[in-house]
Amino acid sequence: MNDTFELHGMESHIEVHKFRTGAILITLILVLFLQAFVPIYFPKAAVLDLPLLVTIYFGLSRRNPSTGLLLGMAIGLAQDSLSGPTVPLGLYGIANTIIGYLASSIGARLDTEHPAARFALTASFFVAHQGVINLTRRILLAQPEAWFNMHLAVAALVNSIVAVFLFVLLDRLRRPS
Amino acid sequence: MAGIPSRHRSLFLLTSVIVLQVLLLAVQIKRDSQGRLIRVWTVGLFSPFERAGAHGVGGIRGAWGHYFALQNTARENERLHQENDQLKMQLTQLQSKASEADRLAALLNFRQSHQSVPMLGARVIGASADTASQTIYLDRGERDGIRKNMGVITPDGIVGKVIESYTNTAQVLLLTDRDSGVGAMLAGSRIQSPVGGTGEPLLTMKYVANDDTVIPGEKVVTSGMDRIFPRDLPVGTVAEIKAGNPFKQIRVRPSANLERLEEVIVLLTLQPLELKKESGAADAPSPASNAPSQPPAGNR
Repeated sequence: MNDTFELHGMESHIEVHKFRTGAILITLILVLFLQAFVPIYFPKAAVLDLPLLVTIYFGLSRRNPSTGLLLGMAIGLAQDSLSGPTVPLGLYGIANTIIGYLASSIGARLDTEHPAARFALTASFFVAHQGVINLTRRILLAQPEAWFNMHLAVAALVNSIVAVFLFVLLDRLRRPS
Repeated sequence: MAGIPSRHRSLFLLTSVIVLQVLLLAVQIKRDSQGRLIRVWTVGLFSPFERAGAHGVGGIRGAWGHYFALQNTARENERLHQENDQLKMQLTQLQSKASEADRLAALLNFRQSHQSVPMLGARVIGASADTASQTIYLDRGERDGIRKNMGVITPDGIVGKVIESYTNTAQVLLLTDRDSGVGAMLAGSRIQSPVGGTGEPLLTMKYVANDDTVIPGEKVVTSGMDRIFPRDLPVGTVAEIKAGNPFKQIRVRPSANLERLEEVIVLLTLQPLELKKESGAADAPSPASNAPSQPPAGNR
């Protein structure tokens, strides 16, 4: 398999990146561990949704909707499992599945390497992710919550800023082209 | 998925995956279960990492706290030492003030219970310069009405008498001085005998006949015969009794703490006084023999 290859579509040409062996799995485990562990010592770190950021990153990089949604589902279900009994299995699973699919689909059409694009996309996906979670809560769990508030706005901003730097870090896991 | 066009495969997969997860949610809600097996697996997968992480963080924190973050520890230690010294000093001062307050309260209480007797509180400001005599100096003198031969007491018992009165100070001969003496009697048997100092912490009761019964621990009070102290003020308690010729050798432990005097009361009169009877003196054990003896009163 080639390290990178190009998609020829209605846009010019977009690279599909491959990653080092085991990089995705190790990253997922590390991110889930950090998400469950760091807030114990730094409670404010709970505002970060690292599994979502990783879902977005790999979706944008792999640019394969099937891979993206399955990856999102796996991360989301693992996040559900680690979230405790108040979060039913599937809540984050559905949301991350959709975000993984959307990220992969958009990544196949846009150049997402620029930090500004990554910032804007992450903010949009974060809002969409919250929208899906709220929708799921309202429809399936009868748990109505505010669609958006200042806390979520700050969280979207923080996650987007962190995403810009995190994505640069994750870029190093790519196989050299 | 063979019959599905390739461009729609991912959409089909997305729909299937979401439907499956919705069903998973529905099953959890319907059965009120929490997908325990999946949770157990996931938690089992991540808990070793979390445990290792917690151990690592604890180790790093410990190493940092015990080895690297010690720059300010010496300074902090020095500051705490200084603070500790200051607090010790403050504690000593407060303990001293509390003790003084207790003593003053006792004096005030004594004063209030004997309001008919003219008396004056005074502070001890000095002691005798030599070891042979047992005297103290008070911060009150002639200007305050203190005269020679006035009695000096504390709420615990008698202290001595004024031997010199100056303008602003007065010298008091303590009861323990070998030249000192006071008219006294055993509280229970009412046997009278002067009590004098020996230059030692214990006093001596001089003229109690061998036939008289004296019990160790018996209270000794003033008899009023010396015309300095009113009757029934505590002098001390019988500490030792030995047979002598012709009188018993009785040692009396002073009621007042004569070695640590700080505030005293001066009885501002040279006339015989009658104080209200102290309950402690009346409660003293009564000896079998009540035969009184009439030795000379030790009035110096």
